Amino acid sequence: MELTGAEILTRCLAEEGVEYVFGYPGGAVLEIYDAIFRQDKFRHVLVRHEQAAVHAADAYSRSSDKVGVALVTSGPGATNAVTGIATAYMDSIPMVVISGQVNRPAIGLDAFQEVDMVGITRPCVKHNFLVKDISQLAETIKKAFYIAASGRPGPVVVDIPKDVTQQKAKFSYPASIQMRAYTPAQKGHPGQIKKAAQLLLDAKRPLLYIGGGVVLGNAADEVREISRMLGLPVTNTLMGLGAHPGNDQQNIGMLGMHGTFEANMTMQNCDVLLAVGARFDDRVISVPQHFLSSPKKIIHIDIDPSSIAKRVKVDVPIVGHVKDVLADLIGAIQQSDHKQADITNWWKQIEAWRAPNSLHFDQGSDIIMPQFVVQKLYEVTGGNAFVTSDVGQHQMFAAQYYRFPEPKRWINSGGLGTMGFGLPAAMGVKLAHPDADVCCITGEASIQMNIQELSTCKQYHVPVKVINLNNRYLGMVRQWQEFFYGNRYSESYMDALPDFVKLAEAYGHVGMRIDKPADVEGALREAMALKDRLVFMDFLTDQQANVFPMVQNGKGLTQMDLPPHMRNLQIAPPTPVNERDYGNLC
Amino acid sequence: MRHILSILLENEAGALSRVAGLFSARNYNIESLTVAPTEDKTLSRMTIVTTGSDDIIEQITKQLNKLIDVVKVIDLNESDHIERELMLIKVRATGKDREEMKRMAEIFRGHIIDVTEKTYTIEMTGPGHKLDAFIKAIDPALILETVRTGASGIGRGERILKV
Ligand SMILES: Cc1ncc(C[n+]2csc(CCOP(=O)(O)OP(=O)(O)O)c2C)c(N)n1
Repeated sequence: MELTGAEILTRCLAEEGVEYVFGYPGGAVLEIYDAIFRQDKFRHVLVRHEQAAVHAADAYSRSSDKVGVALVTSGPGATNAVTGIATAYMDSIPMVVISGQVNRPAIGLDAFQEVDMVGITRPCVKHNFLVKDISQLAETIKKAFYIAASGRPGPVVVDIPKDVTQQKAKFSYPASIQMRAYTPAQKGHPGQIKKAAQLLLDAKRPLLYIGGGVVLGNAADEVREISRMLGLPVTNTLMGLGAHPGNDQQNIGMLGMHGTFEANMTMQNCDVLLAVGARFDDRVISVPQHFLSSPKKIIHIDIDPSSIAKRVKVDVPIVGHVKDVLADLIGAIQQSDHKQADITNWWKQIEAWRAPNSLHFDQGSDIIMPQFVVQKLYEVTGGNAFVTSDVGQHQMFAAQYYRFPEPKRWINSGGLGTMGFGLPAAMGVKLAHPDADVCCITGEASIQMNIQELSTCKQYHVPVKVINLNNRYLGMVRQWQEFFYGNRYSESYMDALPDFVKLAEAYGHVGMRIDKPADVEGALREAMALKDRLVFMDFLTDQQANVFPMVQNGKGLTQMDLPPHMRNLQIAPPTPVNERDYGNLC
Repeated sequence: MRHILSILLENEAGALSRVAGLFSARNYNIESLTVAPTEDKTLSRMTIVTTGSDDIIEQITKQLNKLIDVVKVIDLNESDHIERELMLIKVRATGKDREEMKRMAEIFRGHIIDVTEKTYTIEMTGPGHKLDAFIKAIDPALILETVRTGASGIGRGERILKV
C-alpha cells in the first residue's frame, strides 16, 4: 500500500518510539498535521511559539534517554526554531527538528514563507537534510535519529518540502543504518587507558573534573565508582551538575566563573587532572595561560576527538564513550601493581579551602535573599525535583544551592545561555516525568521571553512550579555593570513589570507573591502540595544580591572575587608541586 | 605553516558549503579550495590549502572529520606529494611583445590556446609558485586577465586516499 510522505513521516516517528512531538502548524506542514490527526501512536503538543517547541523537545530529551522531536512550518516557523536548535547544539542534546519547506519547484524563488533552512541552521546542527525525493524520506528520518543520538549527540534538522509530504510511495523503515562516513568511536585506546591508570595512582594531588558528557553518556555510576576507589575529589561543570552527587563529601562543588573557592583552588593546584566529558570551556578555566601556569598532567576522556586539545594541551587523550572508557579505566586500576600514592595531605589542603564556605550568605529578616529561596527549595523537595532554569543570576544560584544528587535533574542552557529556556523546558520535563516535581527557577526578565507557554501548560495540564526570583533587574547584567562599568546601569532595570500573580491567574493558574523571608518555606511547601496545579511563585528578592565567588574575564581561576565574609581571610598557599613526583609516563 | 589537505566527501548537496562554512565559522584560513567528483560518482575529492600552526591544523582535521559528509581527510604534507594548479592567462601580444610572450610561454611550458591579433591566452599548469613566477617574469602591464584553479594534490608513489 502506498502512503503519502506525511503518513510515512508519522509512521517513522512511531517506529522510533516517539511519545511527544512539540510543534506549531502552518501551510507547509498541513499535510503532516493531517496525518498526525489520523494516528494515535504519539501525541502532539501545540506550543505558543516555535522556540518553545524546540526547548521543550530538548528538555524532554535532557531529562530522559530519548530523542526530542519538534515540528515547525517553513519560513517564520523555521526561523523561530533556530534559537532552540542552537541551544541544543551547544549542549550536545539529541534532537530531531522537522521543518516544512515550500514545494520543490518553488525552492529558491523567494516563495511565500520560504527560508533556506538547511543554510540557516548549518552552523548550529550536528547535521541537516533537505528531503528532495520521497523515496529517501524514511531512510533520512532513520539517519536523523541515528546521528542525533550516537557519538557526540546533537540536533538534526530534516527539511521536508510540502509536495514531498503529499506524494505517495511504499513505506518500509530500515532496521538499521550504515554510513561509511560516520562511525563514532566507542572504546578507548587500551594503551592510553593504562597510562591514565598509572598517572592517577601516582598522583599526589589528583582531581576528577566532570562535565555534561558524563550526564549524556550515562556514566554517573562509573564516576562514582572511580572516585570512591581512589578517594578523588570531584568537581563538576555547570552541565555536569548531578553527575556526581552534590551532597557527597567528595564533591567539592561546581568550578569556574561562579565555582566554589575550593573547587577552583583544587583545579588550579592539582598535579593530575582526570577530565571526563568536559571541554575546558572558557567559563570553566577562564584563560588557558593562567590555567596551565601551574604544571599538571591532563588526562582527557571525550567521545569527540575535536574537543580534546582544543583549548589546552592534553598529556593522555582518550577518545571513546565515557561510560566504556571509565569502566576500562577502573579495570586497569584494579589490575595495576602500582600502589596508590598517599593523598591525605591533599585532602587536608582541600578541607582548609572548603572551611570558610564560599557559598555562605546572610539571610536577615527583611528582604528575601535569592540564595535562600533555592536552599529552601532544595530542602522542601528533598533534592528530588527536576529543576530547569533560565539564564542569569538565578541560574547560578540554582546551580550553587540546589545540590543535585542525581544526573539529568538539572536542565539548563549552559552553552548558549538562552533566556526563555526555563518554562518550555519545564514543560518538556514534566511530560517526560508526569509524576515528578518539576520546578523552573527563573528571573522576571527571562520568564517574559517565553511566558506565553503558560497557556500551553494550561491546555495540556502541565502542573510545573515556576519560581520567579524577581529582583526587578536584569540581575546578571547589573552585576557586570557594577563590576566592569562603574555602576552605570544602562538599560538593566526592568520597568513596567506585570503583576505576575494576576498574569498567572489570567492564564488559569495559581499565583503567589512572597516578600518576607519568613514566608518562603511555607509558600514553597504549599505550592509543592498543589500537585495538579501550575503555581507561579513571585519571590520579591534582594535587588542588590550578587553571585559569588566570581572569576572575572581574563583572570586566573584562583583570582576570585570572594563573598564579603572571606575578603580578609588568610588562606595558606598550597605547597608547590614537584615535577619529579609524576614519574615519566607520557 | 602551509598545509594541503585532501578530503573525500559524500557527493551530496550542501557538502561543499558545510566545509566552507566550517572554515569561516571557526576562523580558519582558506587559501584555495578545489573540488570535483571522483571516478566513484558518490564521492567528491576536495583539496584545501590552508595555513596554521600544528595545533590549528590538528583542530581543522578533527573538525573536518566530524562533518557527517566527510569520509576521509589526509594532510598531504605528512609525506611526499605532488601539487598542481591550472592557470589561464590572457596577455596583450602586439609588436615585439608578441614574439617575446611566445618565448616566455615556452620556457614555462605553457600552451597558447587562443590567439587574436592583439592577445594570446596561455594555459599553464604547475605548482602554485611556478605560476607566480611566470606572472612575475612578464611585464605586468601586458596582463589582461588571469584565472587560476587553486591547487590539487595527490600523494607520491603508493600512498593513496580511498575508502
Ligand atoms: C536571549 C538572551 N538575551 C540576552 C541575554 C543576556 N543576559 C544574560 S543574563 C541577563 C539578565 C537576566 O535577567 P533575569 O532573567 O531577571 O535574571 P537575573 O539575572 O536577574 O536572575 C541577560 C539580559 C541572554 N542570556 N539571552
